[in-house]
Amino acid sequence: MPVSVLAQHFLTGISLGGAYALIAIGYTMVYGILRLINFAHGDIFMMAGYFTIFSMAVFPWFVSIPITILATVALGVLVERVAYRPLRKAPRMSVMISAIGVSYLLENLATYLFTAIPKNYPEIPFLKKIFQFGSVSASLVTLITPVLTIILVFLLMQLINHTKMGMAMRAVSKDMETAQIMGIKVDSTISMTFVIGCTLAAIGSILYFTDRMTVYPYSGSLPGLKCFVAAVLGGIGSIPGAVVGGFIIGLCETALVAAGYSTFSDAFTFILLIIILLFRPTGLFGEKATEKV
Amino acid sequence: MKNKKLRNNILTLILIALVILYLSWLQANSSEHSYAIAILERSAVYAVVAVAMNLLTGFTGLFSLGQAGFMLLGAYTYAILMVPEASRATVYRMFQGNHWITFSLADVFGTAGASAALGMVIALILGGLVAALFAWLIGLPVLRLKSDYLAIATLGFAEIIRAFFQWDTLGPLTNGANVLNGFPYFSSVMSFWLVAGACIAIIVLLLRSTYGRAFRAVRDDEVAAEAMGISLAKHKMISFVTSSFFAGVGGGLLAMYQCMAQASNFKSSMTYEILLIVVIGGIGSITGSVLASFLFTACNEWWLRFLDDESLGVPLFRGGFRKVVFAVIIMLIVLFYRKGIMGDRELDLGAIGRFFRTLPSRLRARSRGKEAR
Repeated sequence: MPVSVLAQHFLTGISLGGAYALIAIGYTMVYGILRLINFAHGDIFMMAGYFTIFSMAVFPWFVSIPITILATVALGVLVERVAYRPLRKAPRMSVMISAIGVSYLLENLATYLFTAIPKNYPEIPFLKKIFQFGSVSASLVTLITPVLTIILVFLLMQLINHTKMGMAMRAVSKDMETAQIMGIKVDSTISMTFVIGCTLAAIGSILYFTDRMTVYPYSGSLPGLKCFVAAVLGGIGSIPGAVVGGFIIGLCETALVAAGYSTFSDAFTFILLIIILLFRPTGLFGEKATEKV
Repeated sequence: MKNKKLRNNILTLILIALVILYLSWLQANSSEHSYAIAILERSAVYAVVAVAMNLLTGFTGLFSLGQAGFMLLGAYTYAILMVPEASRATVYRMFQGNHWITFSLADVFGTAGASAALGMVIALILGGLVAALFAWLIGLPVLRLKSDYLAIATLGFAEIIRAFFQWDTLGPLTNGANVLNGFPYFSSVMSFWLVAGACIAIIVLLLRSTYGRAFRAVRDDEVAAEAMGISLAKHKMISFVTSSFFAGVGGGLLAMYQCMAQASNFKSSMTYEILLIVVIGGIGSITGSVLASFLFTACNEWWLRFLDDESLGVPLFRGGFRKVVFAVIIMLIVLFYRKGIMGDRELDLGAIGRFFRTLPSRLRARSRGKEAR
């Protein structure tokens, strides 16, 4: 395989991985704080795709991107309020079932509102601009995704490690009850987690769907699961881990498609998951946690 | 006490007889009641799979989301073994009619009468066994994982299986991503319920045995169960393999009901639907799961159909609205009625009798309570 083709695939993989990384952060933060696999996160990501479609129909891109982010955040916080908060004292399995229920609801709602026919994703003109490096060509979105991901993650790490809000988040994820005793507003901290997760999912959806070109009601479910795997791979609860996991999965998937095994590009993610759970259940960067009786 | 038990048993037998009578009446008038028959067949399929999932989730406390994968294994085993040699050329036309298996159970057992039915049942059981074998293999590593990791690993396993069955290299066996059809299937709703009833009865018997008690001990407290001398690994594995066996049989039944098997049907949303049935019926209640699978299918396919009807002129009514309303109902149950219809109790005729007999006195007590306040 010539170098230029290899470079082309590498760029595609990095770009896909960047979008995955942004979504995976939402999973890892929610899991870190609530111990919940937020099955609805992938569907919130899908809804973000629809929000862009509808806002782009009316507004120019620089207005519709903030609108998309706001609408996605509103949806995510609403889901947390309605479906997860009432179950805070319930067994973990109930919350997970509730998350699956929300996912089912969002998929059906999207089918009802927007029909199951894939909708064309609007082109944000400057993102589609093609750059040429020798024989390798790439649109701006491909180049911008990994860079933007790294910048956002850097900002997020600053937020978590150096602000009061971030300290509250770390405290709640360590021990919710003690954090509450120390005067931390647990509910608003959890809402903040969802705000951050959904903001990143909205940005991720713009980057992801600009490359894919269509959105349909189920287009969030499989990427969602993959991003959860990315979060597990990196070590659930660890943000740098989620980013590394996202990039690894994006690259591997592109490599498999390039090698002609596209049937297995989805299955591979899960094979990776089972392998990692067997040999290093805490993931690449995860902390070791011992379960107490 | 003994008298009561005897009476209950007699009442149950009478109820079963009535159900059989009703089913045979439906079958006799099948042309007028095709809708009801389709729903009853589908709910029989779901009942088997939901009860199997309940065995795992409700009675052993293992949260697995691999149901769709095991159903796929059952459905494909059934279809692959039952496509008659004569129709292979058309079914497998993408692969020049090539087939790795040189016999077909449908030819061995004929296409009519008792021997055909025997062949179908054998194929169903083989489907269950294949699912059980895979469950054993995947269970060895995966069952060590804790709750939600187990869920995501089994979900991943189902996705892996689905990808493998769509692989072109396995085409001469699985027909690639194409439909498998042309195999014989049960022609009467009664057969579906007979098989479903037998499966559920076996699960109930298992749950009443020492194994069932051990499962419940594992569910309630793993550490305590281990201290009592129950082998966790062994009992988790038995529960997982049994549950997958019946999920496989259910998958075979689903292939019969749909008259076809295709890997792309067995997505994770199918697992979610079955999980929701289990939740609606009550985690830990067998009769609840059976009841819920009927209610779920009937609501989904029949009672809420009018919501999709645009011609009624009611605003919001249009294709897909039914599913939204349905999903909202499910969310309400999950949030506010977490125990489901039955909780972890079982429905028996004695309980229904008691419910109605004590209803007046309870109502009186309640109204008296209100006055006192």
